[in-house]
Amino acid sequence: MNIHEHQAKELLKGYGAPVAAGVAIFSADEAEAAAKSLPGPLYVVKSQIHAGGRGKGKFKELGPEAKGGVRLAKSVADVVANAKEMLGNTLVTKQTGEAGKQVNRLYIEDGADIARELYCSLLVDRTTGRVSFVVSTEGGMDIEAVAHDTPEKIIAVDIDPMAGVTDKDVAEIVAALKLEGDARADAGKLFPILYKAFTETDMSLLEVNPLIVMTDGHLRVLDAKVSFDNNAAFRHEDLKGLRDLSEEDAKEIEASKFDLAYVALDGNIGCMVNGAGLAMSTMDIIKLYGAEPANFLDVGGGASKEKVTAAFKIITADPAVKGILVNIFGGIMRCDVIAEGVIAAVKEVGLQVPLVVRLEGTNVKEGKAILDQSGLNVISADDLDDAAQKIVKAVQG
Amino acid sequence: MSILVNKDTRVLVQGLTGKTGTFHTEQALAYYGTKMVGGTHPKKGGETWSSGVDGTELPIFTSVAEGKERTGANASVIYVPPAGAAAAIEEAIDAEIPLIVCITEGVPVLDMVRVKAKLDKSKSRLIGPNCPGVLTPEECKIGIMPGSIFSKGSVGIVSRSGTLTYEAVFQTTNEGLGQTTAVGIGGDPVKGTEFIDMLEMFLADEATKSIIMIGEIGGSAEEDAAQFLIDEARRGRKKPMAGFIAGRTAPPGRTMGHAGAVISGGKGGAEEKIAAMEAAGIRVSASPARIGATLAEVLKG
Repeated sequence: MNIHEHQAKELLKGYGAPVAAGVAIFSADEAEAAAKSLPGPLYVVKSQIHAGGRGKGKFKELGPEAKGGVRLAKSVADVVANAKEMLGNTLVTKQTGEAGKQVNRLYIEDGADIARELYCSLLVDRTTGRVSFVVSTEGGMDIEAVAHDTPEKIIAVDIDPMAGVTDKDVAEIVAALKLEGDARADAGKLFPILYKAFTETDMSLLEVNPLIVMTDGHLRVLDAKVSFDNNAAFRHEDLKGLRDLSEEDAKEIEASKFDLAYVALDGNIGCMVNGAGLAMSTMDIIKLYGAEPANFLDVGGGASKEKVTAAFKIITADPAVKGILVNIFGGIMRCDVIAEGVIAAVKEVGLQVPLVVRLEGTNVKEGKAILDQSGLNVISADDLDDAAQKIVKAVQG
Repeated sequence: MSILVNKDTRVLVQGLTGKTGTFHTEQALAYYGTKMVGGTHPKKGGETWSSGVDGTELPIFTSVAEGKERTGANASVIYVPPAGAAAAIEEAIDAEIPLIVCITEGVPVLDMVRVKAKLDKSKSRLIGPNCPGVLTPEECKIGIMPGSIFSKGSVGIVSRSGTLTYEAVFQTTNEGLGQTTAVGIGGDPVKGTEFIDMLEMFLADEATKSIIMIGEIGGSAEEDAAQFLIDEARRGRKKPMAGFIAGRTAPPGRTMGHAGAVISGGKGGAEEKIAAMEAAGIRVSASPARIGATLAEVLKG
């Protein structure tokens, strides 16, 4: 789960991290009061969407001359004018794709005098199996570009889970970021705070870009991007309120209600598969035969008939879908359960497009028999290759 | 021969009394009499589990340590729900169980960070979590793989994906090659065992004449494995190999079902992995339906 910058900063502030004063607003009417509550005289008006590259992003409705998704304002009136221009419009950034994202909330923040911009993130390093600080003196820009062009400027410091952030770890980070004076003293507090916030709330990513040294010599978290580990959601009821459904695809929200792993894609062949690897491969083989998948959908290991029905309904509700491929290799998942779920769904919502079903593994005979006896117009396939060719042919004619 | 498990493996089930644990224990018992020796449950110690299929009874112990002492178990399989899975693995590590297989999907990654630190200092090997288990045909089935698709043979299979493991097994069975052992190492970003350790075992196993390795997007385990194979080949150890990588069409930045299957920061894409594997002499099939056929072609030379 991703959250907005203002939520991430509120969370970090709760752990004692230095962030600027700021107010989130949802309508332009709130802008004046928000700005007046801040010290001024410099303000920053920041679009709150779940995508990076906001500063360089462009509003679709405003034309190429208009300013981006993060703006400086030098007076309360200036804040209000910008808020009116930004709210409700669609911001297109490097990460949003061409469709862009509607800006439904803004964060009005107190301005800062920046001396240096640094990069700091925490993530789980898969190779070492540890939480790692990734830091660089090259902050405020696209870190992927820095990693590509000047990898030597990115330094990773792994943290021993038994020891936590030690003085030695802090010293390494301080040296990597070339921190001195007050910033060095601040670092001794900030990095353990970030680690504590990361581990206690089960984050999967915490990115501070930039982390700044202000002209007064102190550190401040100027931007914050946080993702949480969905697997740990069960122990963080308090964080569930941070989810912003307007940032998510409607079909993905529906799928998440049934605990289905679903990702919407651009093609026209809907897929229902068990297992993430097989689901990805099913997408790959559709592409291999010249068509495009409409989605990734893993019904999971022990799916019930209800779950399969829900999955099938989500696929058929997508108007882009011109054909459906069900590909099941039953281990935990039993083929007869899949067959029953598909039939129940078809009975409920009908079947307007070709359906190819490939079943293999546990209870495959029972599953095939159920489909055969259903009287439904199901094209049955012998193996994955056969299934992919049949659905591509059915869709492309 | 085989790797990890054989007819002498004695398996304790953590989470035997639940629905999943019961179903798969029944399946394991039915698979060439895999030696399931008991289960554990903190509150049901002293009770008896019985199979709904043939009435086979297994004792339930309060702890893994007690179960190991009473039954001589040398492996455990975990069907505990995600919230308790890490604690179950840690209990098995503390009891010095040599092989721990965790099937559970959805274990928080920071729990696994803690487990891995403990594991590194232990005598145990962990397979998983979020994996289908380990199966040596006609000898031992630990986990959830469908036994009916296996046949005894010469191919070692290692995979990050459960259902793609089944594809590889099924296809090698249809090719008449059969398997020595199939291992699903799991789809999580932090896990007990990576490709390299399994490849090392397959290279050392005399009965394993060829190997299939199935990876997917995310991380760099396939690249690391490819480098390992190149280094081993220089030392003169090499076996014919075929492979597959899932997720060529996956969009960057999206997690594809498995917690570990995500292309992030421009890293972990399929094409780099395929290139690395081919550079190590693995013939990578473009189609998931032709993994077995690809290996057969490699073997024909």
